[in-house]
Amino acid sequence: MSVVFDSHEQWLKGAWLTVQLTVYGCALALVLALVFGLAGTSRHVWMRALNRVYVEFFRGTATLVLLYWFFYALPLVGVQIDSKMTCAVLALGLNVGAYGAEVVRGSILSVPKAQFEATIALNFTPFQRMRRVLLPQAFALMLPPFGNLVIELMKGTAIVYTIGLVDLTKVSKNIQGFSGDTIGPFTAVLVLYFVIAQVLQLFVRYAERRVDRMLGRRPSRDPSLSAVAAGAPGAGVAG
Amino acid sequence: MPPTDTAPEAPTPEESEDAAAPAEGVSTEKKGARKEDGDGAAAALPHGDAPGIRFEKVVKRFGSNVVLRELDFAVEPGERVTLIGPSGSGKTTILRLLMTLEKLDDGVIWIGDDTLWHMDKGGRRVPANQKHLHEMRKQVGMVFQQFNLFPNMNVLRNLTEGPVRVLGASKDEAVERARGLLDMVGLADKENAHPSQLSGGQQQRVAIARALAMQPKVLLLDEVTSALDPELVVGVQDLLRDIARESDLTMLCVTHEMNFARDISNRVLMFDQGQIVEEGPPDRIFGEPAEQRTREFLQAVLAS
Repeated sequence: MSVVFDSHEQWLKGAWLTVQLTVYGCALALVLALVFGLAGTSRHVWMRALNRVYVEFFRGTATLVLLYWFFYALPLVGVQIDSKMTCAVLALGLNVGAYGAEVVRGSILSVPKAQFEATIALNFTPFQRMRRVLLPQAFALMLPPFGNLVIELMKGTAIVYTIGLVDLTKVSKNIQGFSGDTIGPFTAVLVLYFVIAQVLQLFVRYAERRVDRMLGRRPSRDPSLSAVAAGAPGAGVAG
Repeated sequence: MPPTDTAPEAPTPEESEDAAAPAEGVSTEKKGARKEDGDGAAAALPHGDAPGIRFEKVVKRFGSNVVLRELDFAVEPGERVTLIGPSGSGKTTILRLLMTLEKLDDGVIWIGDDTLWHMDKGGRRVPANQKHLHEMRKQVGMVFQQFNLFPNMNVLRNLTEGPVRVLGASKDEAVERARGLLDMVGLADKENAHPSQLSGGQQQRVAIARALAMQPKVLLLDEVTSALDPELVVGVQDLLRDIARESDLTMLCVTHEMNFARDISNRVLMFDQGQIVEEGPPDRIFGEPAEQRTREFLQAVLAS
């Protein structure tokens, strides 16, 4: 078991890579989800078609295969992606973004029609309707499923060792390899993924609380960031 | 994404709604629900050059169901007209056509000297584009049965968002006007509340203030007390009576409250099956209706 603790530097590096992949992957997925999700609510047929093509293609392909494709196949057709990291972020982001786009589209369509009518009665432009009323309300509906997707993506990063990146999973395999201890490293990696997931969940909870306040569902203190953040780590899981 | 008429997009962080909170607003306005002298109200209300409305052979269908069949009627500038009739007779559809929430199938609707659903292009009358609709909508405001306040904004923001973003008012200007209107509707102390924290009656009064904040010349009231608990109806009706008395808005009102209709309107139109059955001043329509259909309807409503 001591070998698990002795290799803390390797663990740290692996964890850092996993976190980086998660953050970049989520950023890409979020942008894609918003762009293609909004396209899915457009009144233009070709916009909605764009949404369908993106969602169906990337939701319907295995992330691992996408990863192979970016890393092994693309160079053969003349497109070289410089870093393994970029390949991994692309594969993860495109895949999770497709699920996210459905979440965004569904949430916007779930905002009551009466809200849309009120924006017309107030003569908002189509952009203002979306930006000021529909999207903020849809955001409240998006958060719980987004929380799932973020954790899905984080766990999905475990496939990147297949193209030679040394993430948490790869570190655990390495340590198991040279130490011969199987239970130790694999238990440690289990716990580490769980801890990262819990931290991600804290961020989602925090966002949910902000949205609740926006919607007047909880008393609106002056939301000074530091005060909320200071209270979050301890109180976050319970509240 | 939908095409966007470019709007003045000041990068306001979401926190700005809290920044708008007044330190002293609560204490100054606590001397009773509403000022009865009314000059606060009169100042907040839109005045001047309300347009008339004219429907010419207006047709509206939902699938094979013809809701309005070649409907003709006119409302004078500043006139207050109540539409009564059984449900499904097309009353609400008339308001929704005027607010451009439903598309016109045939005929022409005039607001003042301009057509709502059509525009002039090289001397020909063609269907209106978004820009024309946007221009025409500036004259019209609507209050809904279900209030439809924006839950993601506090009360003050509900009232200032339209004036700032759509009318291009300055923030200070919009806040000042909004406070005047909130004072008028008796909710000066609620500007930081969220809609979900208000009663139905309070929400509807905020919704009325929000509609007026856009300085419309035509105000459409769509069964505005139907969703309220009985004890809250009176407050909203009293407010609308005041507005009717002190403004010169052109008003179109759909209601099942016959006493309210009598108080508020110059003229009552009785509808059935997308046609006007009878019209006249409220006293005559309610006192001595000429048509059998109107008598039946009034009996049914008053019995309930």
